[in-house]
Amino acid sequence: MRQKIGTVIGCALILAWCLLPVAWIISLSFKSQTAITNGSPGFLPASGDSAGWQNYQDVLDNDQFRRAIINSVGISLIATALSVIIATLAAYAIARLEFQGKKFVLTTALAIAMFPVVSLVGPLFDMWRTFGLYDTWPGLIIPYMSFTLPLAIWTLSAFFREIPWEMEQAAQVDGATSWQAFRKVIVPLAAPGVFTAAILTFFFAWNDFVFGISLTSTERARPIPAALSFFVGSDPFNRPASLLAAGAVVSTIPIIVIVLIFQRKIVAGLTSGAVKG
Amino acid sequence: MTAVTAPPRSEGAAKPELSDRARAETRLGQRLVAPAIVLMLVVTAFPMIRALYLSLFSYSLTAPEDREFVGLSNYLTALTDSLFWRDTFVTVLYMLVTVSVELVIGFVFAMVMHRVVFARGVIRTSILIPYGIITVVSGFAWQFAFSFQNGFVNDWLPFLDTDFNWFGDTTPAVIAIMVSEIWKTTPFMSLLLLAGLAQVSEDMIEAAKVDGATWWQRLWKVILPNMRAAIMVAVLFRALDAYRIFDNIFVMTSGAVNTESISFLTYRQTIEQFQLGIGSALSVLLFLSVLVIAWLIVKLFKVDLAAARQEG
Repeated sequence: MRQKIGTVIGCALILAWCLLPVAWIISLSFKSQTAITNGSPGFLPASGDSAGWQNYQDVLDNDQFRRAIINSVGISLIATALSVIIATLAAYAIARLEFQGKKFVLTTALAIAMFPVVSLVGPLFDMWRTFGLYDTWPGLIIPYMSFTLPLAIWTLSAFFREIPWEMEQAAQVDGATSWQAFRKVIVPLAAPGVFTAAILTFFFAWNDFVFGISLTSTERARPIPAALSFFVGSDPFNRPASLLAAGAVVSTIPIIVIVLIFQRKIVAGLTSGAVKG
Repeated sequence: MTAVTAPPRSEGAAKPELSDRARAETRLGQRLVAPAIVLMLVVTAFPMIRALYLSLFSYSLTAPEDREFVGLSNYLTALTDSLFWRDTFVTVLYMLVTVSVELVIGFVFAMVMHRVVFARGVIRTSILIPYGIITVVSGFAWQFAFSFQNGFVNDWLPFLDTDFNWFGDTTPAVIAIMVSEIWKTTPFMSLLLLAGLAQVSEDMIEAAKVDGATWWQRLWKVILPNMRAAIMVAVLFRALDAYRIFDNIFVMTSGAVNTESISFLTYRQTIEQFQLGIGSALSVLLFLSVLVIAWLIVKLFKVDLAAARQEG
């Protein structure tokens, strides 16, 4: 009985921990600009301080922010697709084939997962300017791919190791062509893993900030996190808080939608890829 | 990492006892991993070598013609500057505090998630929200929460004046940054620990219970030793991640009032001030310190990464 009460309290704690700051930023996004300038402490907007949907309208009318949404969605989706394809090839080889250099691939992936990103932006900044990749979509897609490959390779190879590959042969014995065996047997078994890797990759690309501010200079390629941080001036103590909050909420909506739909897959992917012991 | 060699790819390198089939498998395997390896190395190893090279020059992008070979003097400048050591100290502090707090809270969360039978989906969905949210957004949310003009923290903490300025002094500002960092990354920690917890056999816990072990004894003598691998992997990953702390500092204080981390210092030198020479030296030092920390954790706690990550 005591344990049960403890669990209930624990659940309440987790929910408060996770949702309170989210509720706060949503509440902030409904405070009016004038209330913010005059100072409006308190969790909820005081009476008369509410701005309705005005902040959201302003944010979505802002060209820079609209461009940033397009950039972020485009760059993240392309990086995710390419990264997952390349990682699938590598993970298949690691899970199923015996070959020299397997250990090298795993070690490299691990080393890169721990790499201090900031120590690369200096030289990359220099290189990208020489190659004309500075401030372009590919200029961000390439580093995103490199840094999401380790996670994708680990997750996928953990998944692929669990697949009963004999079923492919079994299907062929039963008269399926090899294409049918692949499409009807292997693809459905492998799809959840590929999917998980894709979600985790997308999260990384969507969240990135260091590359986003270092390798872009205009709205041509600037993604949402960078755009948010450069939103109106650079004085960190005097920002248009409620506008920013509205932008922050908009940028969080895709994440919440993904989490709501794919919760089970993300948890499975995080735990199977990271700790198989 | 920069010292690793390419995998032996030539036919001659294959051992003579390999059968044709094994050789074909090796070839296919290497072909399948080649794109991934190339991509990972192009963006990391190559720029790292370039940083090593540039760090030997006095080189500023504002005056590229004045580039001049200066040997190791950039390193000397960095290592004798008190700013470098202060930032390193602050970074280590961020790492130690956030990882320890996350370990405790993350473990409690993992225990709860492990036990809970009802509303499992709701709990897991909400714990993924901080994990998925953009760090910059988390930084903003907490910066505004701590702001005395528009936040609620001063209101809610009874022992504080309502006009207490969290960002006016080093200690409170560092605490505010840590809160944002901890909030955002604890879910990751707790999910890794949850996976470890799932591998502790219920029978063993039951047996300890029958033998009369208290809850506390079961936790320390049965549960924790059996999920050691998971704990160590979680600590290793989070510690290295925490050492690279950047986003929250950029958003919340821009490095004001001595809250700057070593990553932030590197960024400021290279991207903001275009000092590629000294910036590259800082990049190399940052990279080396990450290596040292990784090595220390692996040695100190005897983390068996291969066992934890590979075959069951």
